[in-house]
Amino acid sequence: MTSLPKQASVRQLGLVIDLDICVGCHACAVNCKEWNTGGHSAPLTDEDPYGADPLGVWFNRIHTYEAGSGPEGRTVHFPRSCLHCEEPACVTVCPTGASYKRESDGIVLVNADTCIGCKLCSWACPYGAREYDHSDGVMKKCTLCIDRIENQNLPEEDRIPACVSTCPASARHFGDLGDPNSEVSQLVAERGGYDLMPEMGMKPTNKYLPPRARPTSNAPAAQSALKTAAETSSTGSRFLDWVDRNLSR
Amino acid sequence: MHPAYSVIFFTTASGAGYGMLVWLAMLALAGNVVPAMVSGLVMFAISLGLITAGLLSSTFHLGHPERAWRALSQWRSSWLSREGVAAVITYGPALVFALGWIIFESTSGLWLIAGLATGVMALVTIASTGMIYASLKAIPRWTDVTVVPVYLAFGLATGGALLVTSYNIFTPVPPHGIWPVVLVIAVAWALKLLYWRRIDNAKPVATAESATGLGHIGPVTLFEAPHTGENYIMREMGFQIARKHAAKLRMIALLVGGAVPVVAFAAAALMTGPAMMIACLLGLTGLCIGVLLERWLFFAEAQHAAMLYYGAKAV
Repeated sequence: MTSLPKQASVRQLGLVIDLDICVGCHACAVNCKEWNTGGHSAPLTDEDPYGADPLGVWFNRIHTYEAGSGPEGRTVHFPRSCLHCEEPACVTVCPTGASYKRESDGIVLVNADTCIGCKLCSWACPYGAREYDHSDGVMKKCTLCIDRIENQNLPEEDRIPACVSTCPASARHFGDLGDPNSEVSQLVAERGGYDLMPEMGMKPTNKYLPPRARPTSNAPAAQSALKTAAETSSTGSRFLDWVDRNLSR
Repeated sequence: MHPAYSVIFFTTASGAGYGMLVWLAMLALAGNVVPAMVSGLVMFAISLGLITAGLLSSTFHLGHPERAWRALSQWRSSWLSREGVAAVITYGPALVFALGWIIFESTSGLWLIAGLATGVMALVTIASTGMIYASLKAIPRWTDVTVVPVYLAFGLATGGALLVTSYNIFTPVPPHGIWPVVLVIAVAWALKLLYWRRIDNAKPVATAESATGLGHIGPVTLFEAPHTGENYIMREMGFQIARKHAAKLRMIALLVGGAVPVVAFAAAALMTGPAMMIACLLGLTGLCIGVLLERWLFFAEAQHAAMLYYGAKAV
């Protein structure tokens, strides 16, 4: 049924992505592809993978943005995947009931056996999170690795989404955002985690942590300090000072 | 948005077919038409044929056409599902209406009730088609209040032009039968002009800054895309027509699809014999070209919020 659950689920599983820490290595995207091409929505088909115009299904894509310019400007790596919204338009537009939001934990999923491949859900998602598989003729999307997080065959520490488990910088966190006391919720509260495009009204579950403010006011002072240090530098050794003076000529 | 030919054909063809059914119902209600077998057969064949061809074309663009029946199940939440249900239901009264008109050569009593039900359901179906697009917040310009009225008006305009032209094969249509169609064609293009004006002046709903949440640092630009090639989202949502081309195409659509049919059908109302038929055919041809262009532009000009992640500044 593509009507949303009448009440938002108590558990709201999702991701918290730290834009301050992400180094843009794409490891999360690659591990996502690797796991999911053999998982719940397998395969994540690639078309013309070694040709001139490759096209493939990925659930996680890493953009890089420049925000601001000059000394205040920042380069921000920005992983983007399904946000498992509380009010996902992709679910309500589905004419067949293939798209659904799980009542138990809020994960947004597609039933590949009843999807007719009309693509309307991908039109309805403002975040571009759903990708159509041309060879399977059905829509595919991030499952939050339901085949990992509930997988009793995996050691407990591996029961987290593939993207989270692989992040070498620990920029990705997984947990229950419906529980205000969970680690992820506290992280969001502490760091001012925010929603992407709140004006679209989808109430995303996933949150993004902003890049930390840089102590920009110290930069000019530090630079002039370095300059003076260079001009008045003394190694404490007369010989090395003599070498320095001669090399600096 | 990528202008898929199957969707353009579906919305225009079925729109014309349903529009024609509405006019047939109004004729039956006005009671100033003599239902007859051959003319009825031709007119119902054209309208139901266009509807069926449009619906079939819309199922062919599905990844799994054999599962299309499942689309009738989610009418509680989905406008696409509602449209499918309305389209299927319309066949019921429409076939009864056609039976009365063609076999019993009657449009009164129960046949009239079937006709009225057909007309109402046809309008509901066209409006549902419009609502599929108008309900998508991710494509802000499509949520404009004029979208559904434009779909209804063009369905009625093309349906009316088809009805006048096909009816004219059998009996010359009196002028008072043509003027309403001229009026509806003019209204349709007036609404379209209003839509174009409104989308050109609309304030952006979302920006690259709100999409990334990085606006507090400064203006946000894409430094590096996730990959060097394209992906499904970029192909489906990233289609963008140059503004100057759009302006030209709008003018062509307006002239060929608006001015030509209005003049041609107005002339037809004042003429008789072969000249009248030629004027009708000219008007119908112009209108069809204009509506196809208008529908193509509807998709090609629409910007999707997801493109904010791929370099778009605002939608």
